[in-house]
Amino acid sequence: MLDIYLPILVVMGIAFAFAIGSVILSRLIGVKKPSAVKLAPYECGMPLIGTAQERFSVKFYIIAMLFILFDIEAVFLYPWAVMFKRLGIFGFVEMGVFIIILLVGFIYVWKKGALEWE
Amino acid sequence: MYSNLWLIPFFPLIGSIINGLFGKKIKNEAVIGGIATGLMFLSFLVAAQNFFKLLGDKEKVHELVIASWMSVGNFQLNWELLLDPLSAVMIMVVTGVGTLIHLYSIGYMHGDESFYRFFSYLNLFAFAMLMLVLGGNALVMFIGWEGVGLCSYLLIGYYYEKKSASTAANKAFIVNRVGDFGFLCGLFVLFWALAEKGVWTLNFVEIAESGHLLESGGLLITVVTLCFFLGATGKSAQIPLFTWLPDAMEGPTPVSALIHAATMVTAGVYMIGRMNGLFAMAPATMMTIAIVGGLTAFFAATIGLAQNDIKRVLAYSTVSQLGYMFLAMGVGAFSAGIFHLMTHAFFKACLFLGSGSVIHGLHHAYHHAHLHDDPQDMRNMGGIRKKMPITFITFLVSTIAISGIPFFSGFFSKDEILWWSFGSTRGHCLLWVLGAAAAGMTAFYMFRLVFMTFFGEQKTDARAKDHIPESPFTITIPLMVLGFLALIGGYIGVPKILGGANRFHAFLAPVFEHAQHANEIHAHGSHATEYTLMAISVAIAIIGIFTAWVMYVKNPELPGKFVARFAGAHRVIFNKWYIDELYDFVFVNPCKKIGTFLWRGVDVKIVDGVVNGCAWVVKGIGSGLRYTQSGYLYNYAMIMVVGVVLIVGFFVF
Amino acid sequence: MENLVQEAIQNVNLQAIMPSLVLCVFGMAILMVSVFSKRGSTTHIAWLSIAALVVTGFVTLIGWNNPQAGFAGSVLLDNFATFFSMICIIAAGLTILMSDDYLRREGYPVSEYYPLILFTTAGAMWMASGTDLMTIFLGLEVLSVSLYVLAGFFRNQTRSNEAGLKYFFLGAFSTGFLLYGVALLYGVTGTTKVDGIAAYLMANPEAAMNTMFIAGGSLLLVGFLFKVAAAPFHMWTPDVYQGAPTPITAFMSAGPKAAAFAALMRVTIIGLDGLQSELTSLFWILAVLTMTIGNFIALTQKDLKRMLAYSSISHAGYVMVGLVAWNEIGLSAILFYMLVYTFMNMGAFAVLVLIGKKGEDNLTLDGVAGLGYKKPILGIVLSIFLFSLMGLPPTAGFTAKFYIFAGAIEAGYIWLAVLGVLNSAVSLYYYLRVMVQMYFKDPEEDFAWVSINGPVTISIVVSAVGVLYLGIFPHTLMSLAKLAGF
Repeated sequence: MLDIYLPILVVMGIAFAFAIGSVILSRLIGVKKPSAVKLAPYECGMPLIGTAQERFSVKFYIIAMLFILFDIEAVFLYPWAVMFKRLGIFGFVEMGVFIIILLVGFIYVWKKGALEWE
Repeated sequence: MYSNLWLIPFFPLIGSIINGLFGKKIKNEAVIGGIATGLMFLSFLVAAQNFFKLLGDKEKVHELVIASWMSVGNFQLNWELLLDPLSAVMIMVVTGVGTLIHLYSIGYMHGDESFYRFFSYLNLFAFAMLMLVLGGNALVMFIGWEGVGLCSYLLIGYYYEKKSASTAANKAFIVNRVGDFGFLCGLFVLFWALAEKGVWTLNFVEIAESGHLLESGGLLITVVTLCFFLGATGKSAQIPLFTWLPDAMEGPTPVSALIHAATMVTAGVYMIGRMNGLFAMAPATMMTIAIVGGLTAFFAATIGLAQNDIKRVLAYSTVSQLGYMFLAMGVGAFSAGIFHLMTHAFFKACLFLGSGSVIHGLHHAYHHAHLHDDPQDMRNMGGIRKKMPITFITFLVSTIAISGIPFFSGFFSKDEILWWSFGSTRGHCLLWVLGAAAAGMTAFYMFRLVFMTFFGEQKTDARAKDHIPESPFTITIPLMVLGFLALIGGYIGVPKILGGANRFHAFLAPVFEHAQHANEIHAHGSHATEYTLMAISVAIAIIGIFTAWVMYVKNPELPGKFVARFAGAHRVIFNKWYIDELYDFVFVNPCKKIGTFLWRGVDVKIVDGVVNGCAWVVKGIGSGLRYTQSGYLYNYAMIMVVGVVLIVGFFVF
Repeated sequence: MENLVQEAIQNVNLQAIMPSLVLCVFGMAILMVSVFSKRGSTTHIAWLSIAALVVTGFVTLIGWNNPQAGFAGSVLLDNFATFFSMICIIAAGLTILMSDDYLRREGYPVSEYYPLILFTTAGAMWMASGTDLMTIFLGLEVLSVSLYVLAGFFRNQTRSNEAGLKYFFLGAFSTGFLLYGVALLYGVTGTTKVDGIAAYLMANPEAAMNTMFIAGGSLLLVGFLFKVAAAPFHMWTPDVYQGAPTPITAFMSAGPKAAAFAALMRVTIIGLDGLQSELTSLFWILAVLTMTIGNFIALTQKDLKRMLAYSSISHAGYVMVGLVAWNEIGLSAILFYMLVYTFMNMGAFAVLVLIGKKGEDNLTLDGVAGLGYKKPILGIVLSIFLFSLMGLPPTAGFTAKFYIFAGAIEAGYIWLAVLGVLNSAVSLYYYLRVMVQMYFKDPEEDFAWVSINGPVTISIVVSAVGVLYLGIFPHTLMSLAKLAGF
């Protein structure tokens, strides 16, 4: 029964081999002539002010999370819109409930001040 | 008909709740004591009403189902009470003596910081004890059984600020747990064994009816009864679990009188009586009970010979008397055992309360003189009879009763036990010898106590000795009532041979009929033997008293006698203290060594060792396992993964 | 396609999810009320939540003897679900009652707390009524996510943070197992419905030997065993219970645990019925392991919350004895036991809430020294709860254990019952130690800060009455539990 998965295994093996192989290959056969300019993150543009591993304000994360949450809303709206006619009034109410729930969340987030930068 | 039976335990419960919850706010000692004592008295009235109703009733066994408790399959467990002659006697003793001791406590505990707490515990105890004796099935009885243990623990440790008191409380509790474990094991095995036969019950009446389903004398019934007996030895302080009782004297004296003399410690005897049908079917157990009872009676008496703390003497005496009761149970003299239980409740309660009265008086005197002598040490007493006449007389009556002098209550019950231990088919003359020797020693040490306390010179500190008062009436009234009962309590059971009808025996007969059916228990031997034995035991008692008198009263005037008797000891003969030790050396030490061995060796080393060892092992496992709880997430996750692998592995293989 | 949609719409039966629906609507409404309320005022939120629970309770009780299936058989609101839902509702109510003063004392009067409890309860109710592994999983997640937040509710306290984080990580870990198990079972049987799995097992008895099926089944079990804190998946319990806010600890030990047991029972008794013999021997081992580990480690604990955490592990072990018995008495005894445990454990925690100081550093063995006579009523009540936890008559803890062990004995597991009783004997030691401290140690404190007022008293009284009533008259509830069993 498991044989039907064999091709997948083969594909996975090839994928791994290719990924790892190309990294190793480029390392082995690539020409390395480093210079200060080459090692800089950007060859052109602003000079560096600090390391890349800087601490970001937690506010970025909150905004990012909220974006994902409400983004899902939009994602769910697409299939519903496609099936809108078949689902009829039931689907409409159902989606209304869904949106109301998100609305409650939105009001909560808003009132809590999570959307304000300061 | 007996529908108000539930009121008997209910009244003390109410008292306990009232005092426990509101006692602190009430503050007034008279009100607190009045509530507790009054409710106890109400309980006594209801008990008396039921008792007399039962006395005139043809039908002797009555069950009162209060509510359904649990039912599993065809097993139905109820909250039920059982009134039969046995429990009727017990409720009379518990409520009667209980009321008197409550009354006594009002005077004795006067001025105590947490007066209400004491009465709340005491009432709670009465409730639990009444549940124990009235319980219609083994589980209700077990609730009472645990309840009295708990109250005993709380009351021994009443003076919790004293280290010795809390240690004693813990000791009592732990030793009792060993016994309770036996009780529970017995209960489980019995339940299971009967269930195998298709009888799902814990009800005493049904157990008695279906006991014959088990093989008489078989292994099963022997194991069951031995387990129950182990429970009884814990609660009733028998070998090997007797050692907690003397320590339990750390509690206030009324507690010693009520719990550790009159009622709770007799629960083991009562329990054997309650299941007499089962016990009678197990001859091996009966023999064990008789031997353990006899040995306890004997060895506790030897230990009692040399104690100087007045309450400790009484404590060993209690152990010894309980041994008598077990001896009676073991030789099949169930009603004699219960009879002795009752008379013992009277005179021993009276003795404890009397000693409490003495302690109370001395304490008062020392307090007055700003001394810190030990008010319980008999060596500080003497000559108190003039200071406390009522205490003295009641104490003396009870001492005569416990010594087995004819026509006092103890005589009838003790003699019946001795006769059965000799003449019953289960008896043996060695058992009789043990009992008789214990009786002699009892007479000796009890009179030694009386002589040291009440007679002779006053050895109390001069500054205090004129300030010893007679106790207040709340203390003396119970003393007088109990002393009176100790005097006449035996007349309800005058044996046939002395022209009596032994009405006590006849009254209890329906309870023990199953035992009679299962075994032929009859006394062999003629009236002549019975008379002779009676005469011998009386003579032994008198010798004991006489020896005590010679040694503790006569001695200062007749030193020569002792010089002649104990050669080489004349140097110390003038010194009464020294004589005590000499006496210990010549007379008591061989016995006392056994006693000490039992106390130091068996108790301290083995019993405590086993108890501590178990605790140590259990704790060790606990702390070992605790190290698995490292607090690190990855360890926890690792253990989970191991668990998953094990579970999957378990299924696969 | 058209038919499928129509069928799906017709299959919706809102009756079947009405209790949790009501609770969720209330939860959201209360959340809205809270954001429009003044900061720091939470009392009205608490009482609103109580009202929500009362309404939900009534709605739930409508479902008694009126089973409702819905959503194509993925939800079944039967007596079983109703019983467990009621346990969760009672647990949530008691939690909320003891929380208000507590939150103010600890300096976190934050009103999200209450809607979170309501959502947890709703999740628990889904778990109890779910008959599809996905529904159960959904309930489990709703319950867990809310609980993660609640466990780490005190944001500025290291211990609370630790509790929340540990619970979250290990919980996510176990959920992973559970979901993997569901996937494997789906792979073998082609369904995620509990009765579908049962039917498959009936039709293909050889599946019991199928490695994939077995692996799926055991991974599924692991998810639930984690939630009920059965050994060896109990490791999170002490740390989380100790660090979480005390009312939440109490709640976790009662409501969510009951829900996890409900799901475990439904999945094993209905779904994996064909594996009965293997499962009972597994549960036999786990029950003994769980109660022994819980009891023995509890012996060495000084912190009361931690001690009760281990005690709660051991109680999970006792409950599993009923699962081993796998008969009517044993299974209905589980229902009975969970309700009793809710009362006795939450009562004990409520007393702790009452006597704790800010930060709760005094909730140790030494901290309760002298409580028995400084605060006699509290002392007595706590003793009642401890007696019940020990399993001594006449408290409900005794009757509960009695039924559990009676079930085991009837099923022939005498030794399991004996081990259970021995374990109870061990547990006496550490519960009694608390009582010894209460009654025989000199008080270090006078407990002057303890005021026996406020809603927490209600939860103590309700629990105490419950413990005593069910101890003395357990009959009624037990017959209800029998009706609720399968």
